[in-house]
Amino acid sequence: MHPALSVIFLTTLIGVGQGLFLALYTAESYHAVGLLPAQSPQFYAAGALLAVAFLVAGLVASFFHLGHPERAWRAAAKWRTSWLSREVIALPVAMGLMFVYGAVHYMGWDLARLGIETGIPGDLTLLVGALGVVATFGLFLCTAMIYASIKFLQEWASPLTVINYTVLGIASGFTFATLFAALFDTELVNFFGGWAIIATLAALVTRLSSLLRNAHIKYKSSTQTAIGVRHSIISQRSQGFMSGSFNTREFFHGASRLWFRYVKWIFLILVFPVPVVLLGLGITGDSQGALTGAFAAQYTGLLAERWFFFAQANHPQNLYYQTVG
Amino acid sequence: MTQLALVIDLNVCVGCHACVTSCKEWNTSGSAGYLSDDRPYGEDPTGCFFNRVQTFEVGEYPRTETVHFPKSCLHCEDPPCVPVCPTGASYKRPEDGIVLVDYDKCIGCKYCSWACPYGVRELDEHQKVMKKCTLCVDRIYDTGLPEDERKPACVLACPTSARLFGDVHDSDSGVSVAIREEGGYALMPEWGTRPANHYLPRRKTHISIHRDELDRYDNPLKKEGELPKPDISEPSLDDVTSW
Repeated sequence: MHPALSVIFLTTLIGVGQGLFLALYTAESYHAVGLLPAQSPQFYAAGALLAVAFLVAGLVASFFHLGHPERAWRAAAKWRTSWLSREVIALPVAMGLMFVYGAVHYMGWDLARLGIETGIPGDLTLLVGALGVVATFGLFLCTAMIYASIKFLQEWASPLTVINYTVLGIASGFTFATLFAALFDTELVNFFGGWAIIATLAALVTRLSSLLRNAHIKYKSSTQTAIGVRHSIISQRSQGFMSGSFNTREFFHGASRLWFRYVKWIFLILVFPVPVVLLGLGITGDSQGALTGAFAAQYTGLLAERWFFFAQANHPQNLYYQTVG
Repeated sequence: MTQLALVIDLNVCVGCHACVTSCKEWNTSGSAGYLSDDRPYGEDPTGCFFNRVQTFEVGEYPRTETVHFPKSCLHCEDPPCVPVCPTGASYKRPEDGIVLVDYDKCIGCKYCSWACPYGVRELDEHQKVMKKCTLCVDRIYDTGLPEDERKPACVLACPTSARLFGDVHDSDSGVSVAIREEGGYALMPEWGTRPANHYLPRRKTHISIHRDELDRYDNPLKKEGELPKPDISEPSLDDVTSW
């Protein structure tokens, strides 16, 4: 498939935003059971605002993918059948809940304002945050299922696609949260950083699993099934036109074989070992520079990872476009 | 229920591209138009087409065979491109099974083209909406046309009648009979899309002559040549007399 920049930015940016929100809520729930000290409302409000900003940035990027962005509102119509439609609904829902979560923190409201006395401090933010977590995981699911649900794109049609989108989003979000906590000068740096390392290592396992799986795919379609002729030797002599068409542009990545091979190693290094080392240095050495480097490396690596994700998918329609003529 | 479809006979397709050009001509000026082109006479021409004719070589020299292969939307009975459309712009008509795109609802996200294993949907680079074969829906119901012209433009253009058009759900229609009796098959059956369009395979007429048909086993003495010609008044007998 041809990797579109708009979709690469959409999926990576919302991944960071969702991961950041999950990091904030994790910290808050640890505080709720007395495992972590309390944070200022500004910390949560600013964090939630940043998470929303990442989602907004992703949403803006996604508009560049559309031929008619002014009709994008129509995309919510077919949520019963289309994962893309479900994502179009899940994204603003998650965004809205994150915003409300931040706003409630900022205003310091709790359920007592609604006349419900629970006796738990910060009960309203915990409640809104829990809804936000559900929406966030729903959004991960919708985003990944857009790709995983196309059964003949065999590189994508796997639960690993959903797992990778989720775990990579969480890893990059926690890495950003570590940097954010360091900038805010809170004691959460170790907490976020530790989880960022764990999530990054978990993502390494799941991403390597999908690379391994994809290296051994047996394609169900062949030129034989594509034209329905039973012969072991079939070659295309003409695709029907001399120059390019939508079919030759949209479904081939167009990069050189060498670059395609390099990208895999670039992202494997930038997304996993580099941030882990830099996170470790940043936590132990209390260095904001190392943490900035960790996030920058991981995000750049994720752009390469997403590029590779798209480029690696082999669409069966390509069987019809093997030879110009 | 009606399911209109094309049946393409690979046995007689000569790969002339008449269906491609007539499709483009009709549809660029019809209700599905226009089908934009870029640099049509330039160095790197590109454009939007509903139909393509491709050529494949089967086998290895000297035992090869050239297969010309017209490819357009197969109007699947279970079209994977329809449920993925987020806006409902891509739909399958319940009354005749034609898969269409509502250009006014299409947001140009290209997801349907990803979801089609056959690569028969093309984005119009200027109108920025997804386009595909309409089975000439603006022709086939046009009562202003003579009845025998109410067929897709590609079918009318084909000089060898390699393209048949009809209702594949009607068991007695010409297309159903052709599929049933000439070995019609669907493309990429592995994805369960149940294409309505079918292809008829290459069919060769072989005659097989056995040795016993060359040797005259009814002539045990191997005596060739004129048999005796008895008098006209005598009785004649097959294999014994020349009469």
